[in-house]
Amino acid sequence: MYVAGARAEHGTKLGGVPRAVVAVGVVSLLTDVSAEMVTAFLPVYLLFTLHVGYVQFGLLDGLYTGATAVLRLVGGHAADRLRRPKAVAGVGYAMSAVTKLAFPLAGASAFGIGGLLAADRAGKGLRTAPRDALISLSVPSHQLGTAFGVHRTMDTVGALLGPLVTFLLLANLGTAPDPIFVTSFGFALIGVITLVFFVRERPAAPASAKKAPSIKAGLALLKDKPFARVTIVAAVLGLATMSDAFVFVLVQKTTDIPLSALPLLPLGTALTFLLLATPLGRLADRAGRWRIFFAGHVLLLAVYLLLLTPSGGYPIAIAALLLHGAFYAATDGVLSAWAGSMIPEDLRGSGLAVVQTGQALAKLVSSIAFGFLLQYASVLAAVVVACGGLAVSLLVVLLVRRRAAA
Amino acid sequence: MKSWFARYRVVIGVALVTLVVLATGGYVWRTAARPADQGQQSRSGRLLTLIDQRNGNDAVSTAELSTSDGTRTPTGLRCQRVYTAGGTTVCLRLAGVGPTFEAAVLDPSGHVLKTIPLPGVPSRARVSASGKVVSWTVFVSGDSYVSAGGFSTRTGFYDLRTDTVVESLETFGATVEGRPYAAADANYWGLTVGSDDRTFYATFLGAGRRWLVKGDLAARTLETVRIGPECPSLSPDGKRLAYKKTTKWVGRWELAVLDLASGQERVLPDTAGIDDQAAWLDDHTLAYGAISGSTGKSSVYQVPADGSAGPTLVATEASSPVPMP
Repeated sequence: MYVAGARAEHGTKLGGVPRAVVAVGVVSLLTDVSAEMVTAFLPVYLLFTLHVGYVQFGLLDGLYTGATAVLRLVGGHAADRLRRPKAVAGVGYAMSAVTKLAFPLAGASAFGIGGLLAADRAGKGLRTAPRDALISLSVPSHQLGTAFGVHRTMDTVGALLGPLVTFLLLANLGTAPDPIFVTSFGFALIGVITLVFFVRERPAAPASAKKAPSIKAGLALLKDKPFARVTIVAAVLGLATMSDAFVFVLVQKTTDIPLSALPLLPLGTALTFLLLATPLGRLADRAGRWRIFFAGHVLLLAVYLLLLTPSGGYPIAIAALLLHGAFYAATDGVLSAWAGSMIPEDLRGSGLAVVQTGQALAKLVSSIAFGFLLQYASVLAAVVVACGGLAVSLLVVLLVRRRAAA
Repeated sequence: MKSWFARYRVVIGVALVTLVVLATGGYVWRTAARPADQGQQSRSGRLLTLIDQRNGNDAVSTAELSTSDGTRTPTGLRCQRVYTAGGTTVCLRLAGVGPTFEAAVLDPSGHVLKTIPLPGVPSRARVSASGKVVSWTVFVSGDSYVSAGGFSTRTGFYDLRTDTVVESLETFGATVEGRPYAAADANYWGLTVGSDDRTFYATFLGAGRRWLVKGDLAARTLETVRIGPECPSLSPDGKRLAYKKTTKWVGRWELAVLDLASGQERVLPDTAGIDDQAAWLDDHTLAYGAISGSTGKSSVYQVPADGSAGPTLVATEASSPVPMP
């Protein structure tokens, strides 16, 4: 079905979006189907097939999130230095693809599975910044928001399809692990083939024109005031952003909807994100990326405030999920568009990696802090702290902007 | 070389994608077409119900205790976790996209009395001896309170006498070492209900510690008994409690039996590696699922409850042992 698009002339646009962006979107869609298939299956695999205990599972889950941050910086820098973002992203995609086939070999060894999860996440870390650089280099600066919006929409379609494929396999073939891992590998492999054969990189500037950027040059970006401000704004707001899992648990608890609705709550956020990512990206190109990014976090504050409503039932839960999805649509791709427009082209990978890593580390700190809070405090106290923290962060960010304007 | 690649890239790309689609599709198709096991009815000796994991069909089957890889007769149910007592069967199984799961409660004729949607992935299931109280534990992924090393479970039960479902023990009043517990982070797993259909034992994780708790289903209260034991299982005579325990946070569990009257605990030999809620086959014998050291697959073992001997293998590639009358 993607063949028609792929055969179009180089540089043609599909619905106003450059073909290269759509092609990268297809790669992300396929890769997300592959990744989310495994994410959906993993608890069944570990608990039912392998009898891995809860505690080990928790540790493995931690590895899953921890492994990406540093490798993003490596991926971004390598993409700039080699002037080949596509090649670096390809290594990351291929790495994640191969791990899917290795799962059956790891058996019930917690270390083996932990290593594979880390390798899978490392691949994701490696490819994220070069992929965003690839997108940002294929559109003019005034269309960055739209381009990232389209990409995130396609990405989320994949994330929604993955668990569906897993369900179909489980329902028809039972819990035998091999068909799931093989199918997941198949999707990932088609993703890699799509990247290699259908994503065209803009030809790099002649090697002699400029020296390959050093690590120093990447870090020196932070001396550039506007860029440093984006990094700080993203990190400060990240510190007050609780992880999705907490949001869903708290939505279920505070609204008093049945516990069995919990597995379906992420769908609400994802569907809203999917529908709004492109329009909000387009809006960001017109109204200003900073404004939309800030407004997105105001929506997040609204989510937290809704959690203060006692026993609101489904109406409050649905409102919270719609706002949460809108928050993602207004911030995820928009941040890359906003930062991307300030980074010189030869440092696009490193610069995007710096901003994203700052935000990711801040979010990690906030989720650990929030976890400890919930060990000792009630749900209400935790939500009040979250509201306060985000309100303060929004004020700090406004002050940073005001000082910049003065 | 470069121009050759440029000219044929689309053709090669399409060919490769087609190849991968056909190969993956063919593999899945072949797996789906695999013939199902044919059960035989001729059998002798003591029987055990279990989930057959030999071909991924998760068929609840009856098997003879005497041979570990003998004929298994499918009952027609497919579950990730199953238990039967007092004529009532609970089957935790796939329910819908997500994937989501449900607890199906069945009467002796296999008629579904009730289905209860579950908030996570099936982990434990039990039915009280009378068949009146059905309980389950599910694992909720991506919802750990502390991001590294954390995890989250929900334990609920269904009372057939009153047709009431309690989705999570979190709503019970908990007392930890004499003090009421109010923090949001409370996880429960492995519920076992006594012959009065009211007294229960379970595992509680709060403030970073794992406890054995004892509670009252009617009063909706529970209190901590001691640190450590997990996945308790009351013996049919109600005098002893089997559970798994470990001395380290991430260690290998061993099966132990506690005499409730004397408070004496006995660790059963050679049971290291168990991760299950053991089932009492009778007042003297326990059965449990564990990964076999030699095959790396889940297997079912039985072991004398008095610690007089080590476990013996009763079924390869199987889980969820259930005693049969």
